[in-house]
Amino acid sequence: MKYSVRVNGAVQAVEADADTPLLWVLRDKLHLKGTKFGCGTGMCGACTVHLNGAATRSCLISIASLGSGVVTTIEGIGKTPVGKKVQQAWLDIDVVQCGYCQAGQIMSATALLTKNIKPSDADIDRAMAGNICRCATYSRIRSAIKLAAGLPMTDSRGADA
Amino acid sequence: MKAFDSGPEKSDDSGIMHARRAFLQASAAIGGGLLLEFMLPMRGFGRTNPNAAGDGGILGAYVRISPDGLVTITSKNPEIGQGIKTMLPMLIAEELDADWSKVRIDQALSDPATYGRQFAGGSRATPLNWEPMRRVGAAARQMLVLAAAQTWAVPPGECQTSLGVVRHAPSGRTLTYGALASKAAVLAAPDLKTVTLKDPKDFRIIGTPQRGVDSPAVVTGMPLFGIDVDVPGMRHAVFVKCPVFGGTVNHANLDAIRAAPGVSHAFIVSGGQTFDGLVSGVAIVADSWWAAAKARRKLEVDWNEGPTAAQDSAGFATQAAALGPQPPAQSIARDGDVDAALASAAHVIEAAYSYPFLAHAALEPQNCTAHVQGTKAEIWAPTQNPDSGRKIVAKTLGLAEADITIHMMRCGGGFGRRLMNDYMVEAAWISREVGGPVKLLWDREDDLRHDFYRPAGFHFFKGGLDSTGTLVAFRDHFISFGAGGKFANSAGLQAAEFPARFVPNLDLGTTLIELGIPTGPMRAPGSNALAFAFQSFIDELAFAAGRDPVQFRLDLLGPPRVYAGFPGPNGPAPDFDSGRMRAVLERVAERSAWGTRSLPARSGLGAAFYFSHLGYFAEVVRASVDARGSVRVDKVWVAADIGSHVINPLGAENQVQGAAIDGISAALGQAITIERGRAVQGNFDDYPLLRIDRAPPVDLHFVISDNPPTGLGEPALPPVIPALCNAIFAATGKRIRKLPIDPAELSLA
Repeated sequence: MKYSVRVNGAVQAVEADADTPLLWVLRDKLHLKGTKFGCGTGMCGACTVHLNGAATRSCLISIASLGSGVVTTIEGIGKTPVGKKVQQAWLDIDVVQCGYCQAGQIMSATALLTKNIKPSDADIDRAMAGNICRCATYSRIRSAIKLAAGLPMTDSRGADA
Repeated sequence: MKAFDSGPEKSDDSGIMHARRAFLQASAAIGGGLLLEFMLPMRGFGRTNPNAAGDGGILGAYVRISPDGLVTITSKNPEIGQGIKTMLPMLIAEELDADWSKVRIDQALSDPATYGRQFAGGSRATPLNWEPMRRVGAAARQMLVLAAAQTWAVPPGECQTSLGVVRHAPSGRTLTYGALASKAAVLAAPDLKTVTLKDPKDFRIIGTPQRGVDSPAVVTGMPLFGIDVDVPGMRHAVFVKCPVFGGTVNHANLDAIRAAPGVSHAFIVSGGQTFDGLVSGVAIVADSWWAAAKARRKLEVDWNEGPTAAQDSAGFATQAAALGPQPPAQSIARDGDVDAALASAAHVIEAAYSYPFLAHAALEPQNCTAHVQGTKAEIWAPTQNPDSGRKIVAKTLGLAEADITIHMMRCGGGFGRRLMNDYMVEAAWISREVGGPVKLLWDREDDLRHDFYRPAGFHFFKGGLDSTGTLVAFRDHFISFGAGGKFANSAGLQAAEFPARFVPNLDLGTTLIELGIPTGPMRAPGSNALAFAFQSFIDELAFAAGRDPVQFRLDLLGPPRVYAGFPGPNGPAPDFDSGRMRAVLERVAERSAWGTRSLPARSGLGAAFYFSHLGYFAEVVRASVDARGSVRVDKVWVAADIGSHVINPLGAENQVQGAAIDGISAALGQAITIERGRAVQGNFDDYPLLRIDRAPPVDLHFVISDNPPTGLGEPALPPVIPALCNAIFAATGKRIRKLPIDPAELSLA
């Protein structure tokens, strides 16, 4: 089947089976390797992209169901002001260990900060709990989100600890 | 990559040993200009003592300086998230006196003839490279100084270096490294043993926070990882193995698979009997990974499951329970008379501890891209141990090792899993069968069900306290896995396990159960399990003695002293300095305000320490347990002694935080259960990893000591698990003697 996919501001023609997940269209047809495969079941968040601005697990969305949906990936998110700020915060805080999950983390964080410019720790927990970091860079992910939001980088949880 | 003569040193007619002529080369840079290339045979390290630190190869490094002053340093080891690609070049750049902002880092190919051993394991890169890499930088600096001194006709001793510039102090003249590169390139190289290293007080890069060199590419989604490799004409493969470990293919519906859309090949691989090699399975090759994965759903295989189908976790537990009270089959350590000491002890405490198999669950599933053409192979692999993979591929495919090129791709996590190269030989085999480049990619279920697991284990402890609450007798009967008197991979117990030598009467013994399940090293192998059992039982002893658990441990450690390591199969175990451990334990108690806190109901603090990978770590966990038994870790405090320098503090903190949360993640919910010879868990629903909402803040403090710096990938993990379990005891009065922690045991309902 032939499809037109709107990715990062361009319309791309793709030939793929109807049930091909967006993840594999991005990675293997469009050669956008930044979006990662981790579990194939929407549980790890490594494949997170934005679909019409919402953080979405691309391993669960088939190309046939995409329609005219607008897709933004890690390769394109730096063109948005929030995405650029989040990427810079990730560098400033030095979040990365292996880095494999970080594209998905940045996509989820950007979706959060686009809707909620001053997230609380609880907001961060809710928005980011779908993204596993096997290296457990969670403290720095939290700090980077706060830095990007211009918030103090203290962790309000367990403040008495 | 240049070939390098690793033959014996030659002496000239005068009998003076001199550097290899191939040591340095000036060559044309791409785009013009000259490169100063160093290839440094690391004389004095490993070469003169092939057994030094177990690293027998020639270490080497590669430094290039272009006329514009850009310094390119090659990082020799695989990057798995431990930050080595940033840290090793920092060591070279420090002694080179380079301007770090003008340093570019290249990843080396797997090339042991040039670089010596290239691996990521055992937290060994720091101790093995701390001095050799600095000597590389110092040698390069010395040559640049000499080139400047000759240009100015002044003594080299009058020249100083700073940020990529040589300065002649008396005249104030300066020359940049870029301007000196071509001149330095034709000078004789100094002997690495004699080059002068900096006084550590002059360090400008070591000890300063440096961000990961690949992070800009990571945050913008550039292709870096093994899974991102694209080779022209590449096909995509899945490889289906028997769910029962060691099982083989009898028959498969290959014709139906070949007829599936996009599929070009489907075939049976016979394989051999070694898990870290090619095993039996069915390969499906298609024009996309999705097509191969879809075709796999139609695959029907008649398996010969083999003898391991009779094994399961419940059976191991039953066997262990029967063996525990029996005398051990083998003794590991024996001091004094434990039976007599227990008979006369004022209190005898007995407890059984156990822990499960664990999977590594690196987020990037195993994958490898291979192109085998005739007698040559090119391989792109996320691997922690490329040369071991090369040997397996060479042996399995009948190729010469020299004809196999391995590109070490960034690894989406390692944790020890990628020390094994089973996926590499699978990709190479499939590529040869297909006659073209192939990318093999496992799915998550393949990854969790075909791992080299952290072995399960069972400990039957007895401890005796005298009337003053002093530990006078300690016994462990460790029921582990193995055969023929040999432990399975990473299932061992050493004679130096604490409290050995710190208690007068001690008996450590083991009985082994035969195992058909592959096991292997996982982050802090051995230690990640033993710390839980030993440091939890020591906590029980402290409470039985009516003593504060930190004070009890300090008393047990006693006055500072150093015990030499026992000889073992891999050379001598490291020395243990109880003074260093005391210091970190005292420091973590201070940092966590141990003994001075009043905590709410069902909240508690727990402490533990552990020595592994040459690192001294003491940790305190604060945990809270709700009415349903759900455990929340509120905070972790870590005090660590890894020697005189923390090379990259920014990376170091990340490693320690990650390791602590990794341990908590495992303790709170992870287990691989074996049923009928198969691993039950297959994805993150039944093998949960800790998420951000449960990840505690980690407070880290380094105790700086006058010892060579040691590694950080692993040693922060082991003590966090017993510290957590001891905190749960403080919060609830219930001992966690079995991992993972079961909320039902802690529920008030």
